[in-house]
Amino acid sequence: MKILVCISNVPDTTSKITFTNDNTAFNTTGVQFIINPYDEIALSKAVELAEGGKGTVTVINVGDASSDATIRKALAIGADNAVRVNAVPRDAWFVANQIASYAKDNAFDLILTGRESIDYNGAQVGAIIAELLNIPSVSIAKKVDVTADAVSVEREIEGGKEVVTAKLPIVIGTAEGVAEPKIPNMRGIMSARTKPLDVLEPSTVDTLSRIVAYETPAPRGTVKLVDPAEVEKLVSLLHDEAKVI
Amino acid sequence: MSILVYVENTDGKFKKSAFEVVSYAKAIADNTNSDLVAISIGNVAQDELATLGNYGASKVLTVNTDQLSSFVNQAYASIISEAVKSTGANLLVLSNSFSGKGLAPRIAAKLHAALADGALSLPTIEGEKLTVKKTAFSNKAFATVELTAAIKVIALSPNAYETKETGGTVAVEPFTANVAATDFSTIVREIVRATDKVSLPEAEIVVSAGRGLKGPENWGMIEELADVLGAATACSKPVSDAGWRPHSEHVGQTGIVVSPNLYIAIGISGAIQHLAGVSSSKTIVVINKDPEAPFFKVADYGIVGDAFDIVPKLTQALKAYKGN
Repeated sequence: MKILVCISNVPDTTSKITFTNDNTAFNTTGVQFIINPYDEIALSKAVELAEGGKGTVTVINVGDASSDATIRKALAIGADNAVRVNAVPRDAWFVANQIASYAKDNAFDLILTGRESIDYNGAQVGAIIAELLNIPSVSIAKKVDVTADAVSVEREIEGGKEVVTAKLPIVIGTAEGVAEPKIPNMRGIMSARTKPLDVLEPSTVDTLSRIVAYETPAPRGTVKLVDPAEVEKLVSLLHDEAKVI
Repeated sequence: MSILVYVENTDGKFKKSAFEVVSYAKAIADNTNSDLVAISIGNVAQDELATLGNYGASKVLTVNTDQLSSFVNQAYASIISEAVKSTGANLLVLSNSFSGKGLAPRIAAKLHAALADGALSLPTIEGEKLTVKKTAFSNKAFATVELTAAIKVIALSPNAYETKETGGTVAVEPFTANVAATDFSTIVREIVRATDKVSLPEAEIVVSAGRGLKGPENWGMIEELADVLGAATACSKPVSDAGWRPHSEHVGQTGIVVSPNLYIAIGISGAIQHLAGVSSSKTIVVINKDPEAPFFKVADYGIVGDAFDIVPKLTQALKAYKGN
């Protein structure tokens, strides 16, 4: 089984988010970058499926050389080889087209992405790839079972779950619960250095959207503390002042 | 501008998110002197379709075959794309629900359209130019995105826009679209839905608890409080990681991002990743025995005290209030 895992290079979840250039660019100063946590779940699932010679795992990233440390981490976790499309990601359409054009030439059985990226919170790339390849997709998977030629996927719906099945190939966006995150061991870290990381030049693709400005949430006022002996007062405040109950 | 809005149903009933997207699209239609047409897929009764008029849709296109009774994202995407083309719409609005997330990018790709997913407020439209505010960095920030393609798609975050009844009637018109057999390549086998529980992403009130609860056996009082408020229950990451609660309840940067009217956090210290997931809540209440808990810094109201003492008292006080 040939598996492709799409990974995004994102700020560590503990990062404080600030902007520069008059709030038009993300301030990367002092920010640690990691594999998008949902993509790491996808990667862990792929490695689990390929274990024991049952398949190969390729990771692909669209990014400049600053993504290489994150890609090496993915190789340390257990991917067999990596591809980096050498372009700064512009929008989901651009990224998905780059990945789809690589996937078209390489006949993958399974393409995994995270359910969304934690930076721009797009949940678009996976489903656009599927559309470009004209294959099925499931966007928010909680559980994935794979047989030789088919999958059974539990997907999240409001207040519950839905089980869908499909033949391979398919694109699946993974959420928590699909796999336990794999921690790279020393052997993995050593071998990651010598595993192939191919750098490809991007194909020409237009962009359909762009971010023009950022803002951070308005700070809230000082917290109003209610005496633990007077919880009724909280009820009145929520009713009379906040008007939420 | 010509606007099409996709209204999602659950077992033939429109959800709140459907009325939210119609209200949202209606506001855009009014601002731009446009007509608003809705599209509904699946088996929805006439009287249910009629409710859309009340939120401002003048016409609803309906597509209903046995094959379409459950959600198949490829087939639904094909139908909605066809409807965009046949109505000449240059803006499509739908909900950024779990199904909407699987649908919107496929539609956008078919139409070579620009998609803003997770939109939070009305767009600014000047001529051909459309910009809209959306969530970024899991609500640690917001981004204003400009959609530069000719056809634009907005997937609206649940709970971000209030429904508004305008009165009015809707004309129901059957719509047919060609759907390829390959568009039915996923098959729905089973749907499990907890009917007695409020769904977390759509909930107006959320009661959330953390490690301060000490163990899963203590969630009874959380559920009781949620019951009184008609709220959804949620939890912090350590709680779902420990298996005390399901992952679907995990609120935060790597879980579900919520924007309820009221978020009550009990025994959650307020790690930056958790705060990201709740920052667009309208009102935040924090109950924690540690006065130094970072959560108090972003709360509107707080009680410093033991959850095991406060929560049952609060439930009682709310019962008394609701009784009046």
